[in-house]
Amino acid sequence: MKPVSLLFVIGLGAAVFAGACGGKKPVEQLAPQPNADSAAAAQAEAERLAREEEARRAREEADRQARAREADSLAALGRTTEAVRTMLAAMIHFDYDKANIRSNDAGTLDEKVAILQANPNLRIRIHGHCDERGSDEYNLALGNRRAQSGKQYLVSHGIDAGRIETQSWGEERPLVDGHDESAWSQNRRDEFEIIGGGDALVRP
Amino acid sequence: MAEWRKVVRSAAVAVALLSAIPPFRLTAQDTSAIDRGVRIGIIYRPGVRPGFVLLPRRGGGLDSVRAIIARDLDYSDRFEVITLPGGDSIRLATPGAPLRPARGATVPAAGGGTQGTALNYPLYQALGADFALDVTAAGDTTVVTLHDVAVGGVRRTIRARLPAPGQADFRQAVHRVADQALQAALGTAGIAATRILFVKDGKVYQIDQDGAELKLVSSSDRQAMSPTWAGDGRRFAYMEFQAGRGQLFLQEMATGKRTPVATTGKALDFTPAFSPDGETLAFSRATEEGTDIYTINLKDNCCLRRLTVGRFSDNLSPTFSPDGQRVAFVSTRPGLPQLYVMAADGTNQELFAPFDYGVTGSSNAPEWSPDGQSVAFHRDVAGTLQVFVLDARSRTVRQLTSVGRNEDPTWAPDSRHLAFVSDRSGYRQLWIIDLDTGRIRPLLQQSGARLPAWSPRLPEVTSSTP
Repeated sequence: MKPVSLLFVIGLGAAVFAGACGGKKPVEQLAPQPNADSAAAAQAEAERLAREEEARRAREEADRQARAREADSLAALGRTTEAVRTMLAAMIHFDYDKANIRSNDAGTLDEKVAILQANPNLRIRIHGHCDERGSDEYNLALGNRRAQSGKQYLVSHGIDAGRIETQSWGEERPLVDGHDESAWSQNRRDEFEIIGGGDALVRP
Repeated sequence: MAEWRKVVRSAAVAVALLSAIPPFRLTAQDTSAIDRGVRIGIIYRPGVRPGFVLLPRRGGGLDSVRAIIARDLDYSDRFEVITLPGGDSIRLATPGAPLRPARGATVPAAGGGTQGTALNYPLYQALGADFALDVTAAGDTTVVTLHDVAVGGVRRTIRARLPAPGQADFRQAVHRVADQALQAALGTAGIAATRILFVKDGKVYQIDQDGAELKLVSSSDRQAMSPTWAGDGRRFAYMEFQAGRGQLFLQEMATGKRTPVATTGKALDFTPAFSPDGETLAFSRATEEGTDIYTINLKDNCCLRRLTVGRFSDNLSPTFSPDGQRVAFVSTRPGLPQLYVMAADGTNQELFAPFDYGVTGSSNAPEWSPDGQSVAFHRDVAGTLQVFVLDARSRTVRQLTSVGRNEDPTWAPDSRHLAFVSDRSGYRQLWIIDLDTGRIRPLLQQSGARLPAWSPRLPEVTSSTP
């Protein structure tokens, strides 16, 4: 402010001198005009405000975008967890009165191995089931064998046995009602249930 | 069928009354083709089964007693039950004739309301009857008189104060009278006063052997399996199934009070079986190593013992021999479930029923007969299950059933009847077969019944609180 007021004082002094010296000359009573320097100062002020406004808007926009990105990534994470859960829940099936893992189920189990490795806090329970054809009581033992086969496969591929529980349901919980091979083959199965650490899962 | 029998019997009676033919025995009726009219499908096979007749009487409030006893004696499959036509229309009794006690038979006590009536023994003999049973009332006492027709006198008089019909104990009390009559006639114990436990919709029920008095005995909503009787008939054990685990319980028949079996329930424990003295409970336990047989001391609720070490095989479904010395069980050692046997301490484990690799189907659910001679089980035959019996001594097997799917046999205390599950009628229900005659009857007309367990002969206090 100081240089501006100095300039203003000098300007005023010059006007007084001119008036004193050029008495014949009609005094041109100049309308007070904004001094160029003061205009510049005002413009600077305005620009400053504009810049601040823009920065604020930019910050808000950045915040908004950040929030949006965060929401998007949460949704993505949720989608991933759901996808992983679905992969983990894929059942495996067995031949009649057998508990060995079928070769075409190895891929399904390998996927579970990868999921368990990628999610070290994940704990699961394997449920062994049978069809209605065998003996009611024997099927409890057979269902146990099937659950154990599933577990052994995972353990032999590097998963800690302590992360896997097993249960047998015998023929007591059929997935499909029906008395033909189509129903039976679907009922001879292992189901995989998450019992811990399944809130946020990452893809293997 | 009953109608035909009636007609046949009527004809027989008519023939007997009209002509003095020599005595003959009326034995098994024919089931072969009956064209029209009265096909006398009678096969005269003397000496097959003693003929038995229940004397027709009216009133006295004992109709239901007579009906129950007649059915019990029929279901014993030890008599040829002769059904007389229309009671009073043919006078069979000769009033006023002096009573002739059979030699060596119990002389009935005086004072019985109808004791003065002797029977027209020759006529009954002509009808093929060896025994005649008369049910009468003397005050509040029911008097059951067993006549020995061949000897021509009274064999025994049974007096019983029966509860009123409809009371909880009524039918069992009548069943016990029927058993006494059978004992008096043949010298062997009957199976009338017995019950069968079974599972339906995850609950344990009991039913009398004659199909009456169906009753829920489960006391929890959890799924139950594998009920089995203690040898004294006062309690049973079963498995309660929950979330893939199994806990064993004991339950008192009289009070319904149940007690969990110690150390069970953390794993999948199933197929309990009492030792004959009731002090030991054997069962199967499924773990990571597979399924193996364990025992626990019930008296002290302690002392878990492992009898089998399967490693790569499953061992399950133990059943004690009646002398308590041996345990038959199922093992998958041959690659599929087959019958094995071991000493009760787990030693000397060996194959029990002969097994031909690639021929013999999976064999399961063994139950040792009360007389110790046989083990009933079921076996996969051409993709379905059939009931078999193993002779414990000769180790030969014979197939009992061939119609439909038949499984989970359980012995009656007479070791000649088996209850089992069959779908021969279109749905799975309980049936009873008599091994001596091959007669098969449905026990329960309800779908979904399974895992039956036939009681021993029941003590008198089954339904009263101790």
